Amino acid sequence: MFEFVPPALILMLGGLLVAVTRGTVRTAVIMLAPLATLWAAWNVPDGVVFDVAFLDYRIEPLEGSPVRRLFALIFALMALVGGLYAYRQAKWWEISAAFFYAAGAIGVCFSGDLITLFLFWELMALFSTVVVWCGGTPAARRAGIRYAIMHLLGGVILKVGIEGVVVHTGSIDIQPMLATNFDTWMIMIGILINAAAPPVSAWLADSYPNSSATGSVFLSAFTTKTAVLALILLFPGESTLIGIGLFMVMYGIIYALLENDIRRILAYSIVNQVGFMVCAIGIGTQMALNGAAAHAFAHIIYKALLFMSAGVVVYRTGMNRCTEVGGLFRTMPLTAICGIIGALAISGFPLTSGFTTKTLISQAAANESLMFVYMMLAAASAGVFLHAGIKFPWFVFFQRDSGLRPKDAPWNMGAAMVIFAFLCILLGVAPGLLYEYLPYPVDYEAYTPDKVLFYLQLLLFSGLAFFLLLPLMKRTETISLDTDWLWRVLLFGVGKTLYRVFSAIGRGISGATLGSLERLKVFAYKHMCIHPDEGRPGVFARAWPIGTTALWIAVLLTSYVLVYYL
Amino acid sequence: MNDSDQQDHWLARPATIRLLWWVFGAVLALTVLAQIFISVKGYFGVDSVFGFGAWYGFLACMAMVLVAKGLGVVLKRGEDYYEGGEDDV
Repeated sequence: MFEFVPPALILMLGGLLVAVTRGTVRTAVIMLAPLATLWAAWNVPDGVVFDVAFLDYRIEPLEGSPVRRLFALIFALMALVGGLYAYRQAKWWEISAAFFYAAGAIGVCFSGDLITLFLFWELMALFSTVVVWCGGTPAARRAGIRYAIMHLLGGVILKVGIEGVVVHTGSIDIQPMLATNFDTWMIMIGILINAAAPPVSAWLADSYPNSSATGSVFLSAFTTKTAVLALILLFPGESTLIGIGLFMVMYGIIYALLENDIRRILAYSIVNQVGFMVCAIGIGTQMALNGAAAHAFAHIIYKALLFMSAGVVVYRTGMNRCTEVGGLFRTMPLTAICGIIGALAISGFPLTSGFTTKTLISQAAANESLMFVYMMLAAASAGVFLHAGIKFPWFVFFQRDSGLRPKDAPWNMGAAMVIFAFLCILLGVAPGLLYEYLPYPVDYEAYTPDKVLFYLQLLLFSGLAFFLLLPLMKRTETISLDTDWLWRVLLFGVGKTLYRVFSAIGRGISGATLGSLERLKVFAYKHMCIHPDEGRPGVFARAWPIGTTALWIAVLLTSYVLVYYL
Repeated sequence: MNDSDQQDHWLARPATIRLLWWVFGAVLALTVLAQIFISVKGYFGVDSVFGFGAWYGFLACMAMVLVAKGLGVVLKRGEDYYEGGEDDV
């Protein structure tokens, strides 16, 4: 049955070994397990590799296809470079949890059926929560609980949809569908919750910035991009996704512009970038799906790079806010340069991976004559440069001199950043390397003079807008309300009020009951016992003379006889 | 420590920053002027207008910053906004 070891299993084994080994052996495991996973994922052939009987179903834990391999490869690469970034600074349980989390993501990639997909989906939810908790602060603990509730809820909704599809169609296959009935809607909503789609986008910016400096690097990669893959496999061409994607794109920009926490800016820009992919899946043509897959691949690299750069700042300074840092380029040149490369890549600057992948999506929109979508995506590209491309490096590394002189990145963190920075540029200079592995044949020229010129104008003038509007962008020590206000404050307040009302009623009832019991007791005491104060026995506690008793008995018997004869 | 131009990092000196503004301005002008030589076809007519990318990008950013600013008035709260409520049960 097992001609082939599932890649997810290798990484899970790695996660276990990280827990039981020490010292150099552990380091070796952290490096080798993702490498072995990478190799195994690379070698998964097309089609169902093996299946197992489970109840009445044939489940297919390992099914390959180009797009599945592409996502699994980038997840394994992320585990590898993330492991390098984290292994000297993070606690072992964080790395172990991160490996299980990545294994869940890779498991989803190769799931041939909905049941396997669901199991790995929940594995991700479980271990990503642990990674959030590894932040170690009370805020991280609370954010982790909110995160877990959101993802378990999403899992339940997904499960309801899967059950429905299985009952109504009898098939557990993963195949393209459209959101046409209750079951498919439930599946799509379950997936979209993981993609941080509205109205629950807030979970992402709530939880990721509360994790540790190393944890947020792992968190940025897996959950949302697994959701993107699931949408590619299950809902290509579902036009609702176009609107949802465009909303996410704009939401991410607006909230990132308002934000002061360094990593929360990056968290909002994840929502923004995933919006591009969701929108592309909604367009659903071969070119659009290629664009979504390619953009996810490139995005994981540059977003992890940005989180690494921010992570070094947090690790070295212990500070999270734009208002606290600034001018760090003086002593952190490597971190600054890598951060800037990541920022240019996310903005889709020519010669970076963002340009060669995001323009695929814009081109797909143009090919379908979707003018509104194309224009919104162009505006969003400008907005990305505004909120992530310039804002992040500017406020962290330049802006003003905060007087902080932290050391640059530790060597392993630096090495991880250099690897990803190199990949950002490599995929920008030689996009063919990535295009070759996309799900559909690519007939697209990334670098044409007019396209490069258009994007240069777009981006550079966004830069001009940024510096001209700088007075408007003064950072304030604030957070921004989101839809999670509804449950964190409103629902919580309603719950608290109800609790107070009911406990008041309860107190009233029990007070009344206790009061009457008390009175009964006093009454009984008075009549049945010797009264402690008065020293006079109660009615039933007195010693009665024999004569009185005989009289009472005579009365009783007489009345009995009378009653008998009547 | 940055009391004189010479002591701070060369990148943070006012002279460098002035120079960078000039270079930036020149590059901006070049990207627009380059459209004289490179024809931008566009897909929808409007995007072949001269300097479309430049003014569209600029205006889009203005709009987004202003919208964010406006929403900020309604949405911004102090950093410990959520902290007070969550611990008292």
